[in-house]
Amino acid sequence: MVAKDEKAGFLALSRFGFGPRGDGDLAAASLDPRGFLRAEIEQPGAALLAGPGLPDSNIALQSMFAEQDAEKAAREKMAPPGAQPEQPQPPKPPSPQQMFYRAEALARFRRAFAARAGLVERLVAFWSNHFAVSVAKGGPTRATAGAMEREAIRPHVLGRFADMLLAVESHPAMLYFLDQQQSVGPGSQVGQKQNRGRNENLGREILELHTLGVASGYSQADVIALANMLTGWRFAGRDGKLGEPGTFVFQANAHEPGAQNMLGADYPQAGADQAQAALLALARRPETARHIGFKLARHFVADAPPAALVERLAQTFLRTDGDLRAVTLALIDSPEAFDAPPTKMRLPWEFVVGSARLLGMSPDNPGPILGPLNMLGQPLWQPGGPNGFAEDSATWASPDGVKIRLDLASQWANKLHEAPDPRELLDAAFGAAASPETRQTVARAETKAQGLALLLMAPEAQRR
Amino acid sequence: MKLRLSRRQTLFGSASLFVASTIPQWASAATRDPRLVVIILRGALDGLATVAPVGDADFVRQRGGLALRLDGDKPALPLDPLFALNPAMPVFKKLYDDKQALFVQAVATPYRERSHFDGQDVLESGLPGPGAVRDGWLNRFLATLPRGGAASGEGLGVGATAPLILRGSAPVLGWSPQNLVPASDDLAQRLMDLYGRRDPALHMALSEGLRVEALAKAGGMEGDQKPKGGMDSPPGMRQAAAGAAKLMAAPGGPRIAALSFEGWDTHANEGPVGGRLSQLLGGLDGAFEELKNGLGPIWGQTIVVAITEFGRTVRINGTSGADHGTGGLALLAGGALKGGRGIYDWPGLADAKLFQNRDLAPTTDLRAVLKGVLAEHFGAPAGMLGTTVFPDSASVKPMAGLIAG
Repeated sequence: MVAKDEKAGFLALSRFGFGPRGDGDLAAASLDPRGFLRAEIEQPGAALLAGPGLPDSNIALQSMFAEQDAEKAAREKMAPPGAQPEQPQPPKPPSPQQMFYRAEALARFRRAFAARAGLVERLVAFWSNHFAVSVAKGGPTRATAGAMEREAIRPHVLGRFADMLLAVESHPAMLYFLDQQQSVGPGSQVGQKQNRGRNENLGREILELHTLGVASGYSQADVIALANMLTGWRFAGRDGKLGEPGTFVFQANAHEPGAQNMLGADYPQAGADQAQAALLALARRPETARHIGFKLARHFVADAPPAALVERLAQTFLRTDGDLRAVTLALIDSPEAFDAPPTKMRLPWEFVVGSARLLGMSPDNPGPILGPLNMLGQPLWQPGGPNGFAEDSATWASPDGVKIRLDLASQWANKLHEAPDPRELLDAAFGAAASPETRQTVARAETKAQGLALLLMAPEAQRR
Repeated sequence: MKLRLSRRQTLFGSASLFVASTIPQWASAATRDPRLVVIILRGALDGLATVAPVGDADFVRQRGGLALRLDGDKPALPLDPLFALNPAMPVFKKLYDDKQALFVQAVATPYRERSHFDGQDVLESGLPGPGAVRDGWLNRFLATLPRGGAASGEGLGVGATAPLILRGSAPVLGWSPQNLVPASDDLAQRLMDLYGRRDPALHMALSEGLRVEALAKAGGMEGDQKPKGGMDSPPGMRQAAAGAAKLMAAPGGPRIAALSFEGWDTHANEGPVGGRLSQLLGGLDGAFEELKNGLGPIWGQTIVVAITEFGRTVRINGTSGADHGTGGLALLAGGALKGGRGIYDWPGLADAKLFQNRDLAPTTDLRAVLKGVLAEHFGAPAGMLGTTVFPDSASVKPMAGLIAG
């Protein structure tokens, strides 16, 4: 019986969190695996994150604007190029957006490192990837991608989906990332006077990625209707003409006038309420419930998740009007959550955090976290597109990916000043979940460092 | 340098006689040692800003400020009376003039919606439409290659994650520039042994990863492999292409490789001349240059194909960019190519000629081009191309005459 419990306890930690640290957590999780996870969800404000060096997004953007303005002024004060010989320049200090990005990365890592299981942090990462933005788009996303996660994702991961949707789609990071900032209703005052027009990027991705899901029956006309309703949604720029720089504003004279029809429903509202009503309607659609249910089940349980589980999550979503706490509970309470075999390859973020937890390795700067994530193909808040990083095991169990994991594991294990005994760590962290082969391989290692590297690379630490 | 052979390689090696005896030796495979590089341009390349129809009477009216011009500061480079190349691509122009490059305009996969991700799935899976995808057409093609040729029948994926086009049952190598100290051989072998007993998929992945490290050593690629930039930056693109070329040129190196370059989703401030798109095209041009130089003598046996999921709207949008479209562009280069020409059935840019009154109408099926390369370059039978490699595409005939000689 004990063996069975330890397997479930290990699964609770690794499938739904960042894996054990071996500090007694496996024993605690094994007593009541579901209760162990529930306790984490029930901590008030468990998902919220704040701290020094983590400014609100408007402040982050204002800092970026100020630094850019100062640099421009300095450039203009200098003599025209060519007038004097090039002086060697001192190395430039990091930009505000780079400093914020690094501070946000370190805070995110530390929270995941310290979490008891890490279910809440896994949910944060899941939703952040669902509503993906990329810092590679430019300064505004680099300055605010971390802030978007704290301001628009974290408050709602155990709250209502509709609230998260509204918070994300009106956040400067998303408005900038999907080009909403520049979208102008062609029939609006600004559109007519400046001959500017609509950009359908945000409207399309809301339907395809954020709510209904691709091929769920919406048309190009629905994309355009939603894009029209969203015109005028933006954040105030550096000149402050529309409001405090870096805050969400509705620019009425850029809004496409008139009623819109999306998915057969009329939206007669004027102003910012029009897109808000559309988003609230999208949040309630059964296609959205199914899309979210499928993605959660695929992320946590299996690349091809059991249909019954997807259906149960979708029904919970619909019945509770998108209550994500209820959906999360339905997930961990489902039989599939503990019955499905651990086939999913851990994502690089989980591997890096999980390895750090096992080795008790918490760096004081984000470099040792960000570097490995880059190498492994999951640079933080920098997916290749608005669909976020892939979730399937085939993507991550690539030859290069696995080889790099091995090189990293070897490097980490060899850097430890006081290496723990790998056999003891294996017992404490994996317990009865370790296969005899893994146990034997770790025990026969020729050095502690080699044993630890093998432990980090064992199938039990790669799949969940 | 002795290459480390994984268990999987050994199995395939011993099975190669069996495979060769059941698959007829393809005619051209006996005398050629063909190489293929596929570059996927993710995000939908604006084909009209890359190979611009400057001779189309409607072009400037439709494209407005984003239309390339034959005059001015940075004039487009004329290719034929109808088309001119973006000035950021002088290498491709030189290859074109040397009859080692060609373009295919108004080309598209069978996908007719406008989702990047479904579009890329169709582009890479080779299936007629989106849906559940398990493997990529290049991998299925690899799996059918007769074994035992001079070069190995593996594919090479550049990047830390395997692109869908190369995923499947055939063994695939992966490589990306890194400056990590490699784990010791002893540690690697112990882990291989554990994976061999517990996890066949990880065993296969790690064995391929170790093999590519050995190949890289054999190709003299030890030392500074610090990543020079992402796959959406010109230095990153160049470095990926240079690395792929070196691995392919190494003794026993792979003959087929796939790279993916990102950042082509130019909804706003596209900048085809002097802006963002111009930079990206410069990176792609640099990749062609690195491939040609790095492949050296085997460039003459090489075809490079650059493809994208779909084109972009003919008219510019309200934010000086273009939205998701349909008909697009494919660029081909290589010493084995019968180049120096454009391949197109030009539909025209008049309003009435546009697909759904917004996109360049697709008039060439991209699968015909890809099948043409596989058929003539590798001697692959058309029947197999229409079923295994590109399922349900028997009616799409392989394009003839793409290969020189």
